[in-house]
Amino acid sequence: MSTPTTSGAAGGTAEASRAAWTPSEHEVERRAVRRRLRRRGTLVAGVATVVGLGLLVALVVLSPGWQRVQETFLSPYHAREALPSIAQGFLLNVGMFLVAEPLILLLGTLVAVARGTTSPWLTPVRLLAVAYVDLFRGLPTLLVVFLFAFGIPALQLQGVTTSLFWLATAALVLCYGAYVAEVIRAGIDSVHPSQVASARSLALSQSQVMRHVVLPQAGRRVVPPLMNDFVSLQKDTALVASVGVFEALFAAQDYGNYNFNYTPLLVAGLFFVALTIPLARLTDWLGRRVAERERGGR
Amino acid sequence: MSTPLLEVRDLRKTYGERVVLDGLDLSVGAHEVVCLIGASGSGKSTLLRCVNLLESVDDGQVLLDGAEITDPRADPRDVRREIGVVFQAYNLFPHLTALDNCTLAPVRVHGVPRAEAVERARGLLDRFGLSAQADVHPDRLSGGQQQRVALVRALCTQPRLLLLDEITAALDPELVGDVLDLVRAEAEAGMTMLIATHEMAFAREVATRVAYLHRGRVLEQGPPAQVLSDPREEATRRFLRRVLPERPPSAPE
Repeated sequence: MSTPTTSGAAGGTAEASRAAWTPSEHEVERRAVRRRLRRRGTLVAGVATVVGLGLLVALVVLSPGWQRVQETFLSPYHAREALPSIAQGFLLNVGMFLVAEPLILLLGTLVAVARGTTSPWLTPVRLLAVAYVDLFRGLPTLLVVFLFAFGIPALQLQGVTTSLFWLATAALVLCYGAYVAEVIRAGIDSVHPSQVASARSLALSQSQVMRHVVLPQAGRRVVPPLMNDFVSLQKDTALVASVGVFEALFAAQDYGNYNFNYTPLLVAGLFFVALTIPLARLTDWLGRRVAERERGGR
Repeated sequence: MSTPLLEVRDLRKTYGERVVLDGLDLSVGAHEVVCLIGASGSGKSTLLRCVNLLESVDDGQVLLDGAEITDPRADPRDVRREIGVVFQAYNLFPHLTALDNCTLAPVRVHGVPRAEAVERARGLLDRFGLSAQADVHPDRLSGGQQQRVALVRALCTQPRLLLLDEITAALDPELVGDVLDLVRAEAEAGMTMLIATHEMAFAREVATRVAYLHRGRVLEQGPPAQVLSDPREEATRRFLRRVLPERPPSAPE
């Protein structure tokens, strides 16, 4: 036989030829070169980072007002003192975020899908969706929070909550729903028409095409911009401080006003950042996993 | 003997457990047209992707003009500048017109003045019967037209080596002819080509050499008349029996 490889597609093939194969001298050398190039890259990255960040830190620390800033913004004592009430308040932010996020996703998806419908019966729904997006994207979020928190209780409607927490959450949901609807619509539009054609030709109904073929692909593509909106939402839960809900920012301001020290603001900021960074890494990781599975080795 | 334009030495490529190229040797001289044939999974596409450095190799070397291009220190862009590729699925850029697809690389990579690049691209599109489609976006073209545009796009950079990866596999039979005519014209003009193909009749006609790939290596190669009509290896014979409608004629025409 002229073929030294083992035959068949069975499991034995890979092991047998791997056992028979040892890297040539040339390949060993090439690997060494690759390693060297990688090491050089790591070294450059390290030096560039240290130098770059070092310069930034030096700029701040050597500034004339640094001493003063340190006292008013970086006091460990005031940080410790304010911590419990900020943490307490932050639970409200997290709660509001957790309630609002799924509602926003649902609302945004429904509005986006409604805008893409074609049936003449659904014309009023389409118009409503367009009007909603136009209106709530244009209004400042803070203004909507005010309108909801003070306007709705003033109507004295039977059975409608007067809880500031819920009213403010509703305002955030409506504002962000409009943004998210546009993001999802862009995702839907980005799915190639051939995908819809092949799904329709399998006799899937219009809504099945949307549900099983278009939305899953659109969803994947819009994860980064959606993350943007959700991080922004996390921060905007602090807007409700303006109507007197005792969340993290309000707690920090409250402490600062009594003690003439702004350190609690930084502490509150750290809480927000500590929540968004792990979330961003998680979505990065999820996205990478999907990409690896679908694109395979090629 | 002068150095061949492309030389592949003892090339190895694996995907995880699967060994796709297993010590493959092949050389292509200037103005040669080498057709790679073989069952799917025999490594034809992988070989082309390794030559264009879209894949990193696990062992062995690829040399262009005697210089190793699989060296990690080599800049892949310098290599790709010299090589044109046409893919099975066309891979045209959907957001650019046919003409813009063809002028992108000459203008951005090769520094050709726009007017000159447009003129060259229009000339080629004209020659291949696509003058009416120059300002249309790819999704509005037929498969055959798209593939011809893809060929023109590859030719516009005036490559020294053209890699064609199953370029007719996704086309209707009646459109195959148009695309192959174009390849034939390029072959006659002296373009060096490495072609992975299932079109045995075309290989017979246009190739200066046919190489049969089997389990990641070249099992046999030679003039098309010999390899396709009177193969030495039993594996080649079995493959040809499967892909050719009737027994290959025993005498070359």
